[in-house]
Amino acid sequence: MGDNVSTSDNPAPGPEETPPDAAASEKAASEGAAGAAAAAAPVKGTGRRGETLLEVEDLGKHFPVTQGIVFKRQVGAVKAVDGVSFSVRKGETLGLVGESGCGKTTTGRMIMRLLEPSFGKITFEGHDITHMSQRDMRPLRRDIQMIFQDPYSSLNPRQTVGSIVGAAFRLQGEQPRQGVRAAVQELLEMVGLSPEHYNRYPHEFSGGQRQRIGIARTLALRPKLIVADEPVSALDVSVQAQVVNLLEDLQDELDLTYVVIAHDLSVVRHISDRVAVMYLGKLVEIADRADLYERPMHPYTNALLSAVPIPDPSKREGRDRIRLQGDVPSPLDPPPACRFHTRCWKAQEICKQVEPPLQELSPGHMAACHFPENTTVSATDLVAKAAVAPGPAPGPADSPVGKD
Amino acid sequence: MARKNDKRDDEMRDGTSTAPAGPADSRPPSSFLEVRDLRIHFPTDDGLVKSVDGLSFQLERGKTLGIVGESGSGKSVTSLGILGLHNRRNARVSGEIWLDGQELVGASEEQVRRLRGRDMAMIFQDPLSSMHPFYTVGHQIIEAYRIHNDVTRKVARKHAIDMLGRVGIPRPDRRVDDYPHQFSGGMRQRAMIAMALSCDPELLIADEPTTALDVTVQAQILDLLRDLQREFNSAIIMITHDLGVVAELSDDILVMYGGRCVEYGTVDDVFHAPEHPYTWGLLGSMPRLDRERSERLLPIKGTPPSLINLPSGCAFNPRCAYAELNGGKSTEERPDLRDAAPGHRVACHLPAEKRRQIWNDEIAPKL
Repeated sequence: MGDNVSTSDNPAPGPEETPPDAAASEKAASEGAAGAAAAAAPVKGTGRRGETLLEVEDLGKHFPVTQGIVFKRQVGAVKAVDGVSFSVRKGETLGLVGESGCGKTTTGRMIMRLLEPSFGKITFEGHDITHMSQRDMRPLRRDIQMIFQDPYSSLNPRQTVGSIVGAAFRLQGEQPRQGVRAAVQELLEMVGLSPEHYNRYPHEFSGGQRQRIGIARTLALRPKLIVADEPVSALDVSVQAQVVNLLEDLQDELDLTYVVIAHDLSVVRHISDRVAVMYLGKLVEIADRADLYERPMHPYTNALLSAVPIPDPSKREGRDRIRLQGDVPSPLDPPPACRFHTRCWKAQEICKQVEPPLQELSPGHMAACHFPENTTVSATDLVAKAAVAPGPAPGPADSPVGKD
Repeated sequence: MARKNDKRDDEMRDGTSTAPAGPADSRPPSSFLEVRDLRIHFPTDDGLVKSVDGLSFQLERGKTLGIVGESGSGKSVTSLGILGLHNRRNARVSGEIWLDGQELVGASEEQVRRLRGRDMAMIFQDPLSSMHPFYTVGHQIIEAYRIHNDVTRKVARKHAIDMLGRVGIPRPDRRVDDYPHQFSGGMRQRAMIAMALSCDPELLIADEPTTALDVTVQAQILDLLRDLQREFNSAIIMITHDLGVVAELSDDILVMYGGRCVEYGTVDDVFHAPEHPYTWGLLGSMPRLDRERSERLLPIKGTPPSLINLPSGCAFNPRCAYAELNGGKSTEERPDLRDAAPGHRVACHLPAEKRRQIWNDEIAPKL
């Protein structure tokens, strides 16, 4: 089952590889100052911004569900991630949002190679790392690092901060020129902790400080890509803002690329350059930040945005709300065709029969919907394209019709 | 002890908007719920933890009070205190809590137990750990209902199904026999709400009711609470750290820091003319979807204080960007909660004009 891989995909030049001018210039403008800082700082990866660093094609993870004790036979599969494609450019932040169970964390873990993908392809800096062995993966680990959600369970309570942060050097057999201790203390300062914290244990720190320790650990080997899985959701509001600012400063200083996985749409908007929205293991929309938040095309994105409570009592009345009914269906048996059709108010017959491909509806803005909003592209055109010619459709046709 | 007397004197001095709350005066108040100078302290080996230290507020039927604060600010301890859920052996509760003319702090456990569930009920943050995994959802609602109402099992079951239907659970006649683990997170929270509302309580305390839920489900639950409040005319205390949730639902807001109230006012006061630097900090820390994206968030420096060892003077002073403007007063003297405007009370040493000026010139434009 897991082998109907990327053969059906046409690796046509995806729109993500050629960024739209508007987005590029906006980015350049916003990073003018940052670029100067980055040039002054000791930067390891000197890659030009805009190059593709990470590419994910039709990636999927199915967890088998078995029955029986001795002779386990597979009775089904939880389709946690079911064919997602996106790419991440050097120096940018891609936000991955969705509700719990949509597969965003599984996607992050597959990029980290903490989970073995069932199908699909992950390319990092031009190397296919999808099925790389542990040993071959190890040198790459210094380039790809992860920030975990829970600062309480992701730090070993029996190790000192020095040993936790210094572990990266030990494991990679690297001798920093100034010595491990000095290097760790430098890192601690970089994330806003004091070098004297070197000999303390995690329990002596507050949640926000622990998250900083976790960030220091990820930075030890100067990674190129950081996958941050809900980096601030366990923190108090005031501390959350500190960590968000810290992540942004570090990005400018060290030329980092982030994939930020989060459920909080306001945090994602603040931190991301581009945002991808997931629903039940599929990407439903991906676009530049401003585009996505101002002109969301997919009904699910619209519903998500309108569900966010707005901290302004004067806007309490008269907000145009979309209220979704019920819960997210089980990924064990997702609805056929468009997975959102069971909760979508625009759903028609076609949504239950033909899966809408993820395609570019305006420059840099991709959505998978038969009846997208905020666009002039007519639904019938899309349907015709999807039904007749799945292959040469513009953009990487995410999942051709009738694949399942 | 001296501090306690201070506090009482303060309340006498500026107790204009609330009913006077001196020790001599223990007349039942006119409000539906009135909390006066509530203190909940826990003696521990490391020292006395003053989780709640002199909190006063009032609430009418059909109204919602939002209590906002970070973890450890004492908001959940307050709610458990109102319900009388603290173990009397290790919690020291003092002050007064008046619910519909009855005093709860001095009441016997039996008395409080009779009120709990019938007159006041609570929705907890995590519905999975607050429902018994061993009994069906229906069983738990039926049990709660029958404790306070002399009805047969059959009638109670019908009521349970009715309540589950009312909170939007599909096919309640079948789901009533499901166990909590068979429900999704959102449905469990609905079932909790059904259980809390089964005896038609007049006071509903919701402690982070939507924090564990996804944003679309959160919206459903908030809508539900709003509708149910309209229907039952109950008073709701909404405890949360999410200012968005508070802004959607509350009439009044109480901002807590270090076990004390730092700002108390209507929702418009607190969101449109906040006067406490901590409230400014909370507003600046939040990325907002309804505004242009700001380049930087404006966080509060430092971390929330330990309740055992609160900073002297104003508990917020080590994190306050304006503490120096008072010439050291913030570190020496604890500010009282004073009226900044009718009904809008703030505990800050900064002069009122200065606060308004800072908000208008420095904070508001950056939000």
